[in-house]
Amino acid sequence: MTTGEMLLKKADYDKARAAKYASRKRVNQIALALSLGAMAFGVFWLVWILWETIRLGVGGLALATFTEMTPPPNEVGGIANAIYGSFLMVLVATFVGTPIGIMAGIYLAEYNPKGWLASVTRFVNDILLSAPSIVIGLFVYSVVVSQMRAFSGIAGSIALALIVIPVVIRTTENMLQLVPPALREAAYALGTPKWKVILSITLRAARAGVVTGVLLAVARIAGETAPLLFTALNNQFWTSSMTEPMASLPVTIFKFAMSPYENWQQLAWAGVFLITVAVLGLNILARVLTRSKQ
Amino acid sequence: MTNPPPKQPRTGPMADRLFGWAAKGAALVTLALLLGILASLIQGAWPAISKYGLSFLTSTTWDPVREEYGGLVMIYGTLATSIIALVIAVPVSFGIALFLTELSPAWLKRPLGTAIELLAAVPSIVYGMWGLLVFGPILATYVQQPLQRLFDGVPFLGALVSGPPVGIGILSAGIILAIMIIPFIASVMRDVFEVTPPLLKESAYGLGATTWEVMSRVVLPYTKAGVVGGIMLGLGRALGETMAVTFVIGNMNQLDSLSLFQAANSITSALANEFAEAGEGLHQAALMYLGLVLFFITFVVLSFSKLLLAQLRKSEGAKS
Repeated sequence: MTTGEMLLKKADYDKARAAKYASRKRVNQIALALSLGAMAFGVFWLVWILWETIRLGVGGLALATFTEMTPPPNEVGGIANAIYGSFLMVLVATFVGTPIGIMAGIYLAEYNPKGWLASVTRFVNDILLSAPSIVIGLFVYSVVVSQMRAFSGIAGSIALALIVIPVVIRTTENMLQLVPPALREAAYALGTPKWKVILSITLRAARAGVVTGVLLAVARIAGETAPLLFTALNNQFWTSSMTEPMASLPVTIFKFAMSPYENWQQLAWAGVFLITVAVLGLNILARVLTRSKQ
Repeated sequence: MTNPPPKQPRTGPMADRLFGWAAKGAALVTLALLLGILASLIQGAWPAISKYGLSFLTSTTWDPVREEYGGLVMIYGTLATSIIALVIAVPVSFGIALFLTELSPAWLKRPLGTAIELLAAVPSIVYGMWGLLVFGPILATYVQQPLQRLFDGVPFLGALVSGPPVGIGILSAGIILAIMIIPFIASVMRDVFEVTPPLLKESAYGLGATTWEVMSRVVLPYTKAGVVGGIMLGLGRALGETMAVTFVIGNMNQLDSLSLFQAANSITSALANEFAEAGEGLHQAALMYLGLVLFFITFVVLSFSKLLLAQLRKSEGAKS
């Protein structure tokens, strides 16, 4: 092989290498452009949904929305009873679900975290966290509604409480695990009994995180519709009695949005606006709480 | 001289035991909840289970008037919408996770991550109403009608896009579901990508690999169990989603064509629409049976997801 031939070969080789490099670079650029596109795609939906919610929701808002009952088709009215019903059921559900969730979270983090009961509970809890909420509705229907022979606010609150529990368990456990063991040991060394160590040292140190978990749980159940459909049902009138069917904001929105009546749809948009503001507000508040803690 | 021991009443042991019991009890409540759900569904569905057995899963008749029930239409609707959702959501979520871990400037990471997580927090009823009243009509005019004109007469594709282009049906439900599960899959993917040891990535970069090559040949193989786990988690969500689907799927019991534009029904939308009105008896039992099927499918999918994610965590612990 002459020197000239070798040089020619090398030139070929260099050219092939440059081509390969160019194509690798091109693939990389395409991939990164697509990734940027995906990000834009995700943000685009959020912006679009929020925009429509605000545009159509604010238009439907009026003073009557907050002071009057759900109207018959084509009459003026509001969704006061639905707001009140939602508020009441979310409140009861939070007060019932939070203590159970916190206690179970304490068990997972502080008592025997590696034992079989803790492992199984953690597994089950993760399943429940993502389980279809309508199945929770079916469960409460067969346990509460069909036993009491009536749809009721209690049944709705129980269904929501069952959704609160897994959320609170998860965050409580995670937050308690972040508490440095030295704090516990210092307390034990002073002769503090375990319950007191947990309540006034570890739980207290993890306070902000636990509150965040509760806020996230409230945000979650405030928008839940499926478990209320056949537990609390709906009610056209104002009621504070937990043993009667109770209106809630999501179920009312569902009924009104699917209807052909103009004023019902408008009220549904107003309701959607209120729920979105409340849920996103709670989420942002929860984020701010944990951030200021860190 | 030593001080005498303090003469406080010792409430310790008893209070300790009570508190421990309470904590254990709360953990047991969670377990009982799962078993209770299962038991109540089986009990409620029993009349239908004993009457139809497994043939319920393959029959397409759903006729409350003649008391004739089969769940295939709903099961098909649930699976078809979820698969469409995954087909759209998986690549987009991967892109988002890639952007958030490798491309985004540091100051943008947090706001963009938060935006995606907020997308997950929006209640499903908002998606549903938006999908029905805003998105559906736009989909019909700008996507469905052009597609129909384009594929008119083409054998398989023509059948896929047949049907009334009104923006309600399996395709719309699938797209809305995709938007809903993107945040779940994307945030799991982002989290698992971030556990990839920097050493591995830096070695690849040091050899001259491009960002894409590092991602596809180093990070993805390292985290594949977690990525699949995240996808399964999204699938679990999509299967069980109720309100968004109920709004846009059209609630019609048919399975005559392959069409993606045709109105259909899913397990969750059938439950949401019919359960409160169903009389006690076979109708309710059949709906409970559907609920049981749904719970079983999601249970399997979510367990699978959980196991995969746990596996990644374990191997990470072993290697570091």
